Amino acid sequence: MTAPAWTIPSVRAALEAKKVSSRELTSEFFACIERRNPELNAFLALSPDRAFAQADRIDAIIARGEQLPPLAGVPVAVKDVISTCGVRTTCGSRILENYVPPYDATAVGRLESAGAIVLGKTNCDEFAMGSSNENSAYGPVRNPVALDRVPGGSSGGSAAAVAAGLAVAALGTDTGGSIRQPGAFCGIPAMMGTYGRVSRYGLIAFASSLDRIGPFATTVRDVASILAVIAGRDSSDSTSVPVPVPDYAADLDRPVRGLRIGIPREYFGEGMDLIVRQKVEAGIRLLESLGCVPVELRMPHTDFAIATYYIVATAEASSNLARFDGVRYGLRVPGATLLDMYKKTRGRGFGSEVKRRIMLGTYALSSGYYDAYYLKAQKVRTLIARDFAEAFQQVDVIITPTSPSPAFRLGDKTDDPLQMYLADIYTVTGSLAGVPGISVPCGKTPDGLPVGLQVFGPHFGESLVLQLAYAFEQARGSSV
Amino acid sequence: MKITREQVLRVAELAHLELSEAELETYSRQLDSILAYIEKLNQLDTSQVEPMAQVFSGEAHTENASAREDVPRPSDVVSAVLDIAPDPSRPYFRVPKVIDR
Repeated sequence: MTAPAWTIPSVRAALEAKKVSSRELTSEFFACIERRNPELNAFLALSPDRAFAQADRIDAIIARGEQLPPLAGVPVAVKDVISTCGVRTTCGSRILENYVPPYDATAVGRLESAGAIVLGKTNCDEFAMGSSNENSAYGPVRNPVALDRVPGGSSGGSAAAVAAGLAVAALGTDTGGSIRQPGAFCGIPAMMGTYGRVSRYGLIAFASSLDRIGPFATTVRDVASILAVIAGRDSSDSTSVPVPVPDYAADLDRPVRGLRIGIPREYFGEGMDLIVRQKVEAGIRLLESLGCVPVELRMPHTDFAIATYYIVATAEASSNLARFDGVRYGLRVPGATLLDMYKKTRGRGFGSEVKRRIMLGTYALSSGYYDAYYLKAQKVRTLIARDFAEAFQQVDVIITPTSPSPAFRLGDKTDDPLQMYLADIYTVTGSLAGVPGISVPCGKTPDGLPVGLQVFGPHFGESLVLQLAYAFEQARGSSV
Repeated sequence: MKITREQVLRVAELAHLELSEAELETYSRQLDSILAYIEKLNQLDTSQVEPMAQVFSGEAHTENASAREDVPRPSDVVSAVLDIAPDPSRPYFRVPKVIDR
């Protein structure tokens, strides 16, 4: 793996100094993708027409000597569950194999308005359902750090593309860990903001009360810059919140001395790889050396998060995915009757994990089981959110491992859905509580596999989360 | 067993999914083990707990977020939408006949 060379500031500096044009840089990235993608399978579609038209607009701004927008000429990749006007968007599913959206997601529109270049769409688990990217109908993504390993999921293509230097940044989506866990597995920072911080308009829904769009990049500063562009109220998403968006990148240098960092005991129990524990504990000592004050916490409902999540998320998914019926868009498999057409279209169009989750969610919502499963899970979700609210009475941020293990081998967990679900054990809690979270690189195993450290903050505490992650990244330097 | 084959068949019917015999068998087994795991939620007494339907329900910053002014806007999307339909018959989507006369 070659070290990713470009960052948002270095792209800007090169364009301003006229060392490279936006068109030349865009070509360079497409050439890289052409070389590496057959092996990695990170991209499902490329959008050269759109990319070069945007690059020419940037070059024209430079030629006129005008002020460049904040992400001018920055090549980005977009997860394939996020709509892109005129660019095929499959959600990693056969049921949308030939679907070309007639509109852009708000987050994509905001990136382009800020000058970013959309290179193409990245592979993912089908409808963002998975933790390894092995549920894509278009084949798994390989981890650029170790090709026999998964890149994590569900935003595996976005993580792999950025880690391999095929894009400077990427958008992913996180419902139970799908940004943070692939960020950890591929060794790059990856963040979800507070629920509602980024508009979901144009994100093809999996679980609406949990879904969030967020950035991958190679530095915490770049993550902050992307988040600042895509965040903010959008009248097309009624759950997006009208809370002002700070200049996250400008706030990064604030001192972290004296910050109280919560260490919840429940996140350091059984089931965690020894090497992950060692790396994360060393990370906490590093934060202590920066003047942060560790506070031991109890978050007693942590152990119930996976069970809660897999009821809430699948129930919402069974409802959201009812729209794929062969009538208006996507695959249609002919049937003798309307109902027959629905069943055949959905039976053949969806892959096995998606059908499993639709079944589980439909069961949890069905008459006679609703109280026992869905309502029960919604109540436990309240208790999990309360754990976080109480923790943030005592501490500024919470530090945990991102994942109990480093990237596992392709095929290792595909036979046992429950084992795969348990890979999300440290990430789903924050998803249920709606708090912001980031995964930052925290060293490597002796085999060279990246380990991620997760930072949770209170609702709308993105600045604090980013400051801590930035201080950690700077203190670690390039050390392993 | 938490879930019987008959229940799995009924759920598939509700979800409009045509499943093969092999899928029915696999899903029965897997759903059973997932539901057994989910049983652990019953260790918690939630009789005094409100369900959490939304992250920010009723909080201050959502107050103005629910309703915008009711102003008509152009929405000329019919042609673009029908262009990507599997079987358009403009201005309609065509589907198998649902009414017998």
